[in-house]
Amino acid sequence: MGTAGPQTAPLLALSGVSRSFDGVRVLDRAAFDLKRGEIHALLGENGAGKSTLMNIVTGVYAPEGGRYLIDGAPAGIRGPKDALKAGIGMVHQHFRLVDRFTVAENVLLASGQLGLFANAGEAARAAMEAGKAVGLAVDPAAIVGELSVAERQRVEILKVLALGARIVILDEPTAVLTDQEAGALLLAIRKIAAQGRAVVMITHKLREVAGHSDRVTIMRAGRTVISGAPVGTLSAGDLGRLMMGEETSPAEAAEAGVIEAAAPITIAKPGEERLIVSALYAGGGQGSVGVSDVGFTLKAGEILGVAGVGGNGQQALAEAIVGLLPVAGGHLTLDGWELGEFSVARRRDLGLRVVPSDRFASALIGELSVADNLALTRVRTGRYRSRLGSWLVGRRRMKREAEQAIEAFAIAGATPARRARLLSGGNAQKLLLARELEESGSGVKLLVAHSPTRGLDVKACAFVHAAIRKAVAGGAACLLISEDVEEVRALASRILVMSAGRMVGELPAGASASQIGALILGQA
Amino acid sequence: MELFLTGWLTSLPAFAMPLLLAAVGLILSERAGVLNMGAEGYMAMGAMTGAVVTLTAGNPWIGVGAAILAGAALAGLFAIATVVFRADQILAGLATVALGGGITAVIGRPYLHKTFTGLPRLDPGALADLPLVGGLLFRQDLLAYLGLALVLLLWWGLRATRTGLKLRAVGEDPATADVAGVDVQLYQAGAVLACGALCGLAGAYLSIVSSNVWVEGMVNGRGWIALALVIFARWNPARAILGAVIFGGADAALPRLLALGAQVPTYLLSTLPYLLTILVLVLAALGGRRKDAEPRSLGLAYIRQDRR
Ligand SMILES: Nc1ncnc2c1ncn2[C@@H]1O[C@H](COP(=O)(O)OP(=O)(O)OP(=O)(O)O)[C@@H](O)[C@H]1O
Ligand SMILES: [Mg+2]
Repeated sequence: MGTAGPQTAPLLALSGVSRSFDGVRVLDRAAFDLKRGEIHALLGENGAGKSTLMNIVTGVYAPEGGRYLIDGAPAGIRGPKDALKAGIGMVHQHFRLVDRFTVAENVLLASGQLGLFANAGEAARAAMEAGKAVGLAVDPAAIVGELSVAERQRVEILKVLALGARIVILDEPTAVLTDQEAGALLLAIRKIAAQGRAVVMITHKLREVAGHSDRVTIMRAGRTVISGAPVGTLSAGDLGRLMMGEETSPAEAAEAGVIEAAAPITIAKPGEERLIVSALYAGGGQGSVGVSDVGFTLKAGEILGVAGVGGNGQQALAEAIVGLLPVAGGHLTLDGWELGEFSVARRRDLGLRVVPSDRFASALIGELSVADNLALTRVRTGRYRSRLGSWLVGRRRMKREAEQAIEAFAIAGATPARRARLLSGGNAQKLLLARELEESGSGVKLLVAHSPTRGLDVKACAFVHAAIRKAVAGGAACLLISEDVEEVRALASRILVMSAGRMVGELPAGASASQIGALILGQA
Repeated sequence: MELFLTGWLTSLPAFAMPLLLAAVGLILSERAGVLNMGAEGYMAMGAMTGAVVTLTAGNPWIGVGAAILAGAALAGLFAIATVVFRADQILAGLATVALGGGITAVIGRPYLHKTFTGLPRLDPGALADLPLVGGLLFRQDLLAYLGLALVLLLWWGLRATRTGLKLRAVGEDPATADVAGVDVQLYQAGAVLACGALCGLAGAYLSIVSSNVWVEGMVNGRGWIALALVIFARWNPARAILGAVIFGGADAALPRLLALGAQVPTYLLSTLPYLLTILVLVLAALGGRRKDAEPRSLGLAYIRQDRR
C-alpha cells in the first residue's frame, strides 16, 4: 500500500494515551498509528473522543500519560507549533480560518515562521499549485468570510498542503459536502496519500470507510476498540457493531451501515399552505450569493427539500425566512402573515423554528450553559416564570427541562451547567435540535433546517430524521436545505434544486440521485 | 488672518504628534486583541520621566529614551496582569492609569515647573519662510519627522510583513493563530509593550518637545482622546494621521483663538476636544462601519484549553 517500502517504524504511533476534562475521562488508553501513503479512517460515535485524540496528535491538548512517537522517536510535541514543525496538519471540524483575511493571507499565516515580509502572492501561488496537484481549486484573493462552507474547507486543505505536511488530518471532511463534492474530495484525498503523505479521515459514514480508506481505527467511549485494522477484514456490520457497542444487534448495526440511503417516506397528505414565498429577492453582494426571484409554496405536513451545492444562495434563503436578512423584493408569508417587517422574535411566536448551518454562529452561545441555551428562545414566553414574580427566572424548571432534553436527545457529555462550547460537534448539534424540536406538534409550524445532520453519527442522524418526520406528521412544515443529496432524497416529499441564487428545477419524491445531480450541475 | 493660519499650522505637529503616537500604539495593542485603556498612564510616565531624566542627565535625547522605557515598563505591568494572568483588560487598564498618575506625582514632585532645553529644531533657512506651510513642513523638531516616519513604517508593517499578519490574526481569531503556530501570548505582550513605548514617547513629546517643562497632569486627557482616535481611525495607523490632525488642530486652535481675544469662556472652550471626541464617536457608530474594522476578539482573554 502506498509508497512505504519495508515497514520500518510507523510515521506516527501513540499508545496508552489518556486525557480527562474536569475529571471526566474522555480518552482512555487510546492507541493509534499511521503509515506513509495510507488513508486511515477514524470512526466513532459523537463524543467518542476522535477530535480529542487528534487534538493531542496536533499538540492542542496535552496527553496524560502514554507514549507518542514520530518516526520511532519520542515526538516531544508540546504545542501546535511543534506539531507543525513535525509536518502534522489538521483540518478542524470547526474551521480555523481568519474570516477577514483573504485565502492567500490565511495560507500565509499557516505557512511556517520564516521571512519577514508577507509575500501573499507567493503563498497564493503555493496554495494554487498544491490545489492543482490534487484537483482542488479556490480563488486566492477571495475573503474567507464570504466563502461557502465547502469552499472554506478547501482553503483549510490547501493550507495544510501548502505547508508541506506529511500527516494530513481531516475531521469529518465530507460532513459538509454534497455527494459530488464529497466524491471529488475523496479523489483528492487519494491523490494526497499517493504523494506519500499519511491521511487521517474522521468520519461517520461507513461507506467512506469501506470504499476509500486503507485501515481503520474505531473509538468508543474514549477507547480505541480497534486500532489500525485493514479495512478489508471488516464488514459494514462489524464496523457498526464495534462503533456502537456489543449490545447492538446485528440488524441494527447493518442498518447503520445503510441508514443514509433509507427508503423515501410517505407523509400524511399535505394540508393547508404554510409558507408562501413569491418572487423573493434577498442578500447577495460582497461576493456572497443572494436569493433572486425565488418562489415556492410549502404546505403543512410537507418536507420540501432544497438541494444544491453549498454557497448558491441557501444561506440567504434561510436567513431571509428567519428574519436575519431583510427582504429586498417579493413576499414571504407564514400562515397568512406577511413576514417582511416581522422581527425574529415575532416569527418565532408564529411557530418558526430554525436549525442553521453554523450552530455556534447563529444558534448556540458557546459560553452559556446547556440549560441557558435551551431556555434562550423560550424564556420570553414566560415559561420559566418564577413563583416570586414574572420578571424572575425559575432556574429549577430550566434545570429540570435541560435534564430531560439531555436524556431525550442522548446528548453525551452534557450536564445542565456545562458550557455548550465544551460539547463535541455532534452533541452540540443535538442540543440545538433538542431546543428547536422539543415542542413538536404544539408550537412548531415551520421548521427551517439547514444541514441538520452535519457532523452527526449514524444513530443521531436517524434520530434527527425521525424527529423531523414526527414534527411534520404533527402538522408542521419543513424546509430542508441540505447539501447531502441522500438526506434530501430520504426525507423530502418534493425537491427543489437551487443554483446561483435561483430555483432551477423541481423534482418529485423518489427522484434518483443522478436526476438531482444533473439539475445541480445544470445538465438537465 | 494669514499670520493666524501660519502660526496655527506651525504649532499643529506639537499638538497632533502626541495624539498620533499614542493612538498608533493603541492600534498595535488592539490589533493584537488587547483592549488597552492605560494610555493616559503611560503618557504620564513618559512625560514625567522624560523631563526628570533630561533635567538630571542634561541631554533631551536620553530623556526621550528613558520616557520610552518608562512607558513600556508600566505597560509591562499591564501585560503581566492581562496577558499572563488574564485579568480583566478594562479594569487593569484603569488601574494602570491610576498607577501612572500616582508614580509621576511622587517621583516628579521635586522637578515640578523646572524648565530645560528641549530637542533642537530644524532650521533650513529660506525653505522655512515659505508662506503658510513653511513652518509646518520645515521648522519642526527632529522627533516630529522621526515619529511620522515611524507611524508610516508601522502602518506598512502591519499590512505587509509576516509579523504584522500574525499580529492581526491574533486579534481576529487567537485560536486560529494558535493552531497556525503563532505564540498568542508573546504577540499580545509584544504589542502591549510597543503600545507602552509609543505612549511613553508621546508623553515625552509633551514635556520635552512642546513645553520644555513638566507639570503634574500635563497629559490632561490626551490618552483618552487617543483611545477614541483609534475608533475614528478604524484601527488603521494611516487614518490615525488624519484623526490626529483634526483633534490636534482643534487643540492647537484654542490658545490662538483666546489670544485673538475671542469672547468665549476658557473652560467652555477647553471642553472642545472632548466634545469633538464624542461627536466623532457617535458619527463612527452611526456610520456602522466600526464593527467591520474592530478586531474580532478585542478585549477577550484567550485560553487554549477552551474548545472553539
Ligand atoms: N476542552 C474540553 N473541555 C471539556 N470537555 C471536553 C473538551 N474537549 C472535549 N470534551 C469532551 O470530550 C468528549 C469527546 O469529545 P470529542 O470532540 O473528542 O468527540 P468526537 O468523537 O470528536 O465527537 P463528534 O463526532 O461529535 O465530533 C465529549 O464528551 C466532549 O464534551
Ligand atoms: Mg469531533
